[in-house]
Amino acid sequence: MAGSLTPAWSDQDEQDERPYALTGGRTRPRHSMRLDTLLMAQRGSPPERLGPEAKAAIALCQREQRAVAEIAAVLKQPAQVTKIILSDLIDAGALIVAVPDTIDPRSPQLLEALLGGIRHKWGNVA
Amino acid sequence: MAAYDTNGATSHDHDAPPVAPFSLKVVIAGGFGVGKTTLVGAVSEIPPLTTEEYLTAASSTSDSLSGVEAKSTTTVSMDFGRITFDRPQPMVLFLFGTPGQERFRFVWNDLVDGAIGAVVLVDTRRLEDSFGAVSYFERRAMPFVVAVNEFDTAAHRYTPDEVRQALELTDSVPVLLCDARDAWSAATVLINLVRHALSCAPSRPPSDPGALA
Repeated sequence: MAGSLTPAWSDQDEQDERPYALTGGRTRPRHSMRLDTLLMAQRGSPPERLGPEAKAAIALCQREQRAVAEIAAVLKQPAQVTKIILSDLIDAGALIVAVPDTIDPRSPQLLEALLGGIRHKWGNVA
Repeated sequence: MAAYDTNGATSHDHDAPPVAPFSLKVVIAGGFGVGKTTLVGAVSEIPPLTTEEYLTAASSTSDSLSGVEAKSTTTVSMDFGRITFDRPQPMVLFLFGTPGQERFRFVWNDLVDGAIGAVVLVDTRRLEDSFGAVSYFERRAMPFVVAVNEFDTAAHRYTPDEVRQALELTDSVPVLLCDARDAWSAATVLINLVRHALSCAPSRPPSDPGALA
């Protein structure tokens, strides 16, 4: 099993209440996103009064685009909670979703490029 | 890390959303403890991360948070890794490790959607753990390879053909041995998967505008 990065909470009740505290009681994000949706930070000062998780999310997305799954893992928050935090940051203009290119990711051209990329990185292993 | 401005738009352009680099996704599936995290870690440029998700007994992530209060949720973990390429063009490959337990199979749909293919990692001591994964990808007609994680030299070694028979795979499915701890072995698995995906892809003439859809 992956090394689960469980925060050291003082007790289970506090751990269970925490997602509500982060999302203000909401259970769904306003903007839909998937685990592989890419986000990046917008230029400009970040909104005021951000919690530590929101600040960390913006910092992660400053210089490169990050997938929702990665942000959630680094924040050590469940994906659903992370999506709500990220959705709020989109509304606040701090983050923006990077639109995927329209080319089908399974197109032969892209697959050939990926093949070349892997071979370049690890040598012609196969 | 490479900058991803494929259309000249910068991260500071408020008029148009930034275009993502070509991003591709591979799913690493297999039973609990088979070595998925290890395989992801062998090729990922970041140490494998764990993304957690709450699930209610009703098996829906959308109302999972309302289940937290009722303490009727369980936690599902997925591995995450990535590889960034700048040659031959900017691309990023995401690696998603599926939750291993059979009862979490429904979570796979979102993970698998849009993936170029899957690796079903197999432990020969528990081959039966792989049947569900194999059936899942066969039903979805998703290209997949079977990689036999050979990490214990003392254990009985199956030939790829014996594994193929035991899993009732069609001849077209690549079966290969690998050491999930080894970067080159893991890269070989990925290469085999991409080659297999290419052989499965419907071919289109270059002038067909549908190829860009």
